[in-house]
Amino acid sequence: MDPNFTVERGTTASRRFAVLGGVLVVALATLPFWGDTASMRLIAEMATYLALAQLWNLLAGYAGLVSVGQQAFVGLGGYALFVMCGWYGIHPLLAIPLAGIVSAALSLPIAFIVFRLRGAQFAVGTWVVAEICQLLIALMSSLGAGSGQSLTPAIVRTVAASKADRDMIFYWCSLGIALIVLGLVYALLRSRHGLALTAIRDSEQASRSVGVDTFRTKLLTYVVVAFATGGVGALIFLQKLRISPAAGFSLNDWTVVVIFMVVIGGIGTIEGPIVGLVIYFVLRQLLADYGSWYLIVMGCVAVFFMLRARDGIWGWIAQRWQLHLFPLRRNFRRGGP
Amino acid sequence: MASVESPAAPLLQIESVSKRYGALTVADKLSLTVGEREALGVVGPNGAGKTTMFNLITGDVAPNEGRILFAGQDITAMAPHERCRIGIARSYQIPHPFAKMTVFENLLVGAMFGGGETERASYRHCAEVLELTRLGDKANFTAGALTLLQRKRLELARALATGPRLLLLDEIGGGLTEHECQELILTIKAIRAGGVAIVWIEHIVHALLSVVDRLIVINFGDKLAEGEPRAVMADPRVREIYMGIPAA
Repeated sequence: MDPNFTVERGTTASRRFAVLGGVLVVALATLPFWGDTASMRLIAEMATYLALAQLWNLLAGYAGLVSVGQQAFVGLGGYALFVMCGWYGIHPLLAIPLAGIVSAALSLPIAFIVFRLRGAQFAVGTWVVAEICQLLIALMSSLGAGSGQSLTPAIVRTVAASKADRDMIFYWCSLGIALIVLGLVYALLRSRHGLALTAIRDSEQASRSVGVDTFRTKLLTYVVVAFATGGVGALIFLQKLRISPAAGFSLNDWTVVVIFMVVIGGIGTIEGPIVGLVIYFVLRQLLADYGSWYLIVMGCVAVFFMLRARDGIWGWIAQRWQLHLFPLRRNFRRGGP
Repeated sequence: MASVESPAAPLLQIESVSKRYGALTVADKLSLTVGEREALGVVGPNGAGKTTMFNLITGDVAPNEGRILFAGQDITAMAPHERCRIGIARSYQIPHPFAKMTVFENLLVGAMFGGGETERASYRHCAEVLELTRLGDKANFTAGALTLLQRKRLELARALATGPRLLLLDEIGGGLTEHECQELILTIKAIRAGGVAIVWIEHIVHALLSVVDRLIVINFGDKLAEGEPRAVMADPRVREIYMGIPAA
């Protein structure tokens, strides 16, 4: 038996891409100094959607938890921020990670309910839980009931005195949270935990039979995703300066759009949601003037991919050119290093 | 039950286990003992409850009654992944590969989770299993790209990577050519020589007989016959029910 072997994780393409990605990040980080407000707003929105798409992909594409109720954590995170800032005078930027913790804590009792369900029932169950969260908050007059609440100007000024400075800070926060989530997902998937998740993605039954604690792995993923989704939600509504139950727990804005991106781009890969994000925003800009045609075209695109290209665009690219920009694979090479 | 002695201390004990789906009984007060390092063959007609017996041992299916002990410990209520961690591994009759992961990574999952090893420590172990199961040249192939026969070999390799004390093989020989079958027999003999107890469900009787110490015949969820392999195969009841040859 030959004991000489090596295990490689990176590829030439991935190392080139890392350099390119680094350049892109620097360019985006300096955007406030050379770009206009409109492009900053667009990139910030794309960044928060990138985070949401990566998180939903981790949940549905890897752990097999096809949740249609992630808007629950966006809304809960948003409301947590408003409560912390408005009632306890916590600094809004500090409230973002704290809102993530609140969201993660609330995900445990929610998991207790929805983890009893499987497949389609799980999907519907998560949706129902999100609706219940929305209804409960709409009943609380201290949170502004159905009409919601705004952040007071005094609180808003604690972020930065001028609007221009605030826009810059919010922009960097959005970019930062997208990078943190991307890094977190990548690190997680490359780790031991990620190997288990990838195995669960391919066959849950076989994972169990080779010693993977599928329940624990899925629960941990659910809680981590709830934490990050709550943080993203807090940032989204901090930027909007206003939250209401309908906006906070919007199924369309925080889950349907995200599912569209992940499915088009390629579920179960890190690259897929990024590709899907770009396609969604391009389509949205192109179709902005056509009213409801926008939704009809989006719907047709989604149906086409679900029927004809279930691995999405990235699935096709990866298959055709064996391209992996975020390499997770462990390549086994015989012969010493 | 005392009629057939296991050659060594019992590793696995199944004690009058029953499993019913409504009116259909797939395991009927089934009792069975597998000794440490023993190789036990299982034959029986399709639908006799052979795979169900494996599902009961691995915890994929919970019994209605009876209990299962492994190395003296009652594992009847234990979760499948825990059973794997204490040393029970299986191959599935219909392969369940991690289709988008490479062959090497498939084994790595088994070694790291079933075997409880660190990733670094697992590499060497997986390299050895690749060698033993002749999958070395397929190490970086995605499992989904393998042929059915290679997938069956991967089932065996992945189970082996978990470092089992008891290996349950479910028809891994089906569809093999005579030459491939001889290779499989050599592999299984090598696994046995490593001290692993084996329970092997197989329709290819000559392959089974060249490896196992003892044979059981299962029919209607119950043991029909048990004992020395050639004697069992010569039993007229077995010839009738298993091979369709009239007892007369």
